[in-house]
Amino acid sequence: MISRWFHQLGSPRYFYRFSGRLIPWLAVPCAVLMVAGLYQGLVVAPPDYQQGESYRIMFVHVPSAWMSLFIYMVMAGAGAIALIWHMKLAEVIAISSAHIGASFTFLALITGSIWGKPMWGTWWVWDARLTSELILLFLYLGVIALHNAIDDKRTAARATAILSIVGVVNIPIIHYSVEWWNTLHQGPTVTKFDAPSIDYRMLIPLLLMAVAFKLYYAVVVLMRARCELLERERNTLWVSELAESK
Amino acid sequence: MNSASSSTAFMLLLRRDLILAFRRRSELLNPLLFFVLVTAMFPLGIGADPVLLKAIAQGVIWVAALLASLLSLDAMFRSDFEDGSLEQYLLSAHPVSILVLAKVLAHWLVTGLPLLIIAPLLGVLLDLPVDSIKVLMLTLALGTPVLSLIGSIGVALTVGLRRGGMILSLLVLPLYVPVLIFAANAVETAAAGLPITAHLSMLSGLLVLALSLSPLATAASLRVSLS
Repeated sequence: MISRWFHQLGSPRYFYRFSGRLIPWLAVPCAVLMVAGLYQGLVVAPPDYQQGESYRIMFVHVPSAWMSLFIYMVMAGAGAIALIWHMKLAEVIAISSAHIGASFTFLALITGSIWGKPMWGTWWVWDARLTSELILLFLYLGVIALHNAIDDKRTAARATAILSIVGVVNIPIIHYSVEWWNTLHQGPTVTKFDAPSIDYRMLIPLLLMAVAFKLYYAVVVLMRARCELLERERNTLWVSELAESK
Repeated sequence: MNSASSSTAFMLLLRRDLILAFRRRSELLNPLLFFVLVTAMFPLGIGADPVLLKAIAQGVIWVAALLASLLSLDAMFRSDFEDGSLEQYLLSAHPVSILVLAKVLAHWLVTGLPLLIIAPLLGVLLDLPVDSIKVLMLTLALGTPVLSLIGSIGVALTVGLRRGGMILSLLVLPLYVPVLIFAANAVETAAAGLPITAHLSMLSGLLVLALSLSPLATAASLRVSLS
């Protein structure tokens, strides 16, 4: 039963109809959670005893940083599925994820930079976490550039799948080498803030925003995948039927 | 071809690539010249203060080596791709990863090893002490094969593209970060009189990892590029 559903989901036509019905069910909770999280974070949560009001950018910054890694894993996972089972849908999900993941990584870097200016007095420090996030952005951009450079979409999908799997093997190595490099150069910096001692009035909006970002990603990746599918399948019968019925 | 063992195929391919490389000796010199030139640009750009130069020497030499190896990567599969022999490798009865390993080894012998030999000269130019130069050579010996191995994945992915050069650097440079960090830090740590066993262990670990995994990824990439 489940495996049959899984096979059906692999068919672009079925996926297109299914995801069209699924998107509202994800978008509405996403909007509700995001409004609630922003209200809790920007209005209800108390100001930080050290950082004052400016810490509130955390409610965007931290979930973006979490998403940046999460989406890379999804992309590589989808890439592996595409390589092994030659599943068109996984190819589409992988490349759609690359663009969204790059945006989240960029957002995490920008918000971190804006947060860093009043806190550390500088837009950028070569801190381990910042550096590995920057390298993650380059990995995303490499995947996107490779995908754009190859004309045939299916070849492009397989090539980027290999690249993102190579990236997954490398991400922990890069992360720990950068961390090691940083600790060799300078001691613990101001960047470390105590995660366990976070106030629950700050933790709740943070978690709300994290879930809202996850849902946002799900909605956007489905929308992008639908668009990409229509483009790829434009010569098939079901797409032309779809166009005629509208 | 079928009767020959894979190790014979490995040796034959290695021999062929080396002979081809030595028939075009002038091309052998180019990455080397580039390596020296880039390193020579730094004192011109930031001033000839010996203290400053000594402080940045290991980083400069390593970054120059990184760029030199990056620029020479493109030649790894290019001619084989153009004359069709790459397709013959994929069709042969031997594991493609073994053949890839032979090509990478040949490429490293031709482009990586010369860097290692000329590095002491650059160390002297940038006022590195003799002990640091020894460590520099050790890190280059362990690090440059990793660069060639990781680079081979990028080349295999971009070999079919008309303008793969820029994309190749975008794909490969982020993956070079760990090698650069451990290698350049080893030289710095050694200059401070501290033990560098940890750095060398990490570099050797990276080499073993790259040696065992990257030929598989390169072989898979070649299949995709030629499909």
